[in-house]
Amino acid sequence: MSILVIAEHDNAVLKAATLNTITAATQLGSDIAILVAGHGCGAVAEAAAKVVGVKKVLLADAPYYAHQLAENVAALVVGLAGGYTHILAPATAAGKNMLPRVAALLDVAQISDVIKVESVNTFVRPIYAGNVLATVQSKDPIKVITVRGTAFPAATASGGFAVVETVAPAADAGVSSFVGQQLTKSDRPELTAARIIISGGRGMGNGENFKLLEDVADKLGAAVGASRAAVDAGFVPNDYQVGQTGKVVAPDLYIAVGISGAIQHLAGMKDSKVIVAINKDEEAPIFQVADYGLVADLFAAVPEMSKELDQLKAAG
Amino acid sequence: MKILVAVKRVVDYNVKVRAKADGTGVETANVKMSMNPFDEIAVEEAVRLQEAGKAKEIVAVSLGVAACQDTIRTALAMGADRGILVETDADLQPLAVAKLLKAVVDKEKPELVILGKQAIDDDSNQTGQMLAALLGWPQGTFASKVEVGAGTVDVTREIDGGLETVALKLPAVVTTDLRLNEPRFVKLPNIMKAKKKPLDVLKPADLGVDVTPRLVTLKVQEPPKRQAGIKVDTVTALVDKLRNEAHVI
Repeated sequence: MSILVIAEHDNAVLKAATLNTITAATQLGSDIAILVAGHGCGAVAEAAAKVVGVKKVLLADAPYYAHQLAENVAALVVGLAGGYTHILAPATAAGKNMLPRVAALLDVAQISDVIKVESVNTFVRPIYAGNVLATVQSKDPIKVITVRGTAFPAATASGGFAVVETVAPAADAGVSSFVGQQLTKSDRPELTAARIIISGGRGMGNGENFKLLEDVADKLGAAVGASRAAVDAGFVPNDYQVGQTGKVVAPDLYIAVGISGAIQHLAGMKDSKVIVAINKDEEAPIFQVADYGLVADLFAAVPEMSKELDQLKAAG
Repeated sequence: MKILVAVKRVVDYNVKVRAKADGTGVETANVKMSMNPFDEIAVEEAVRLQEAGKAKEIVAVSLGVAACQDTIRTALAMGADRGILVETDADLQPLAVAKLLKAVVDKEKPELVILGKQAIDDDSNQTGQMLAALLGWPQGTFASKVEVGAGTVDVTREIDGGLETVALKLPAVVTTDLRLNEPRFVKLPNIMKAKKKPLDVLKPADLGVDVTPRLVTLKVQEPPKRQAGIKVDTVTALVDKLRNEAHVI
């Protein structure tokens, strides 16, 4: 088995989702290469070379890889694909965008959102918002796979000694270009990497009220998330969304505040270790998956929780 | 400009899907079927582009069993001009769907293809990207804003850290995310009108596409159920449990 993992990065930092994908790769075989395609991304290649389990880092540097345009990165990956039995990428926005192009150009199926490696050609993936798990076997010569990060532990980020090899960039397809981006600025942890998440739903009422959650989040070192209803209502930006079509998270603690618990939301958080639900409607479906439920008005309960956390801190 | 929209018939999003007892698939008998919600957004976007004078004709395409005609009629009632059904009882996987759509695109020559970013049944999130790759076209996936210019389309995309805008040369493929628009409710007179709009039926063989599945589903099962825990009466009790019982804070 020879495995190529596509690194997720921003030209400066290797993103954590790559580490989970490398762990999935180690379950397929030990001959693992990582492709770092970007611009001015030497530091990322060096970081990738230190990840335990990685044999080789392929570094492709060109201005038209700076923003991970799918058309260009996919062409590069297809050019490198010949020597590999498996091509893996994290099931993140970037991986989901790019990898199906690779699969189509190689004339093979893609196996999306893999949560378990059964063998070198057999994988488990959720369908129907995770209500059902399908075990699928690939008949293709190259297996193209996106990996759900929450299903695999992170590989150790230091201690490895892979060689970094420069590969020639493929030509610029010239059909797409990057115009700009608006990234949400936050000092809190990223949703998919956070140990604790506190999420708000329609019950929050407006965006201003999310400050109540931010206050608790900062005391817990938590990330702030949201249900689709809260995002659609414009309370918070799209990248807060947890659910079937948003981010899938599995923190140690997930606190759902004013979230009813539609199956589409549960799909994104039901693998959390401990789930807390705070909702004034005791019939809300979220209570059916919560380890600890509190039937209460969130506008009283959340500030009270904040005070309790202050007291805990004061008491040491 | 001609726009092609792809629409999929799926189990309605309100249905709680169950695995069949023998593990061969999911229970779809007597289950409500609807248009994939992301595809409704795709149709709505095409209709809005037409209403804004940016598009001349909208062709709605579906692939699958004969009942997909209902899904196409819904798209026609929303405002699409005509429909094409590629009819087959075969299990169509995303690569086969992309190949069939490519064959339809080769015949119809649209400048823009709009699809949902994923279908809520198999949750693959592949078809639009695969179609773009097979056509050699650029793609704007997970779109929250689409602005058609002269020979180009600017697509604002929902990405993990926020939003990103890319400029694509036409022809191009766009896949829709949730915030792109809010699909209209279909009015009864439009449903009546939709019945008279043309709908062609083709077979995969007419398009010269081999739809043999590449993935074999060995087993379908429900994940272990999460058990409901306990209710606590006060915030104090909750914080105490989290600290001293669950040890997570």
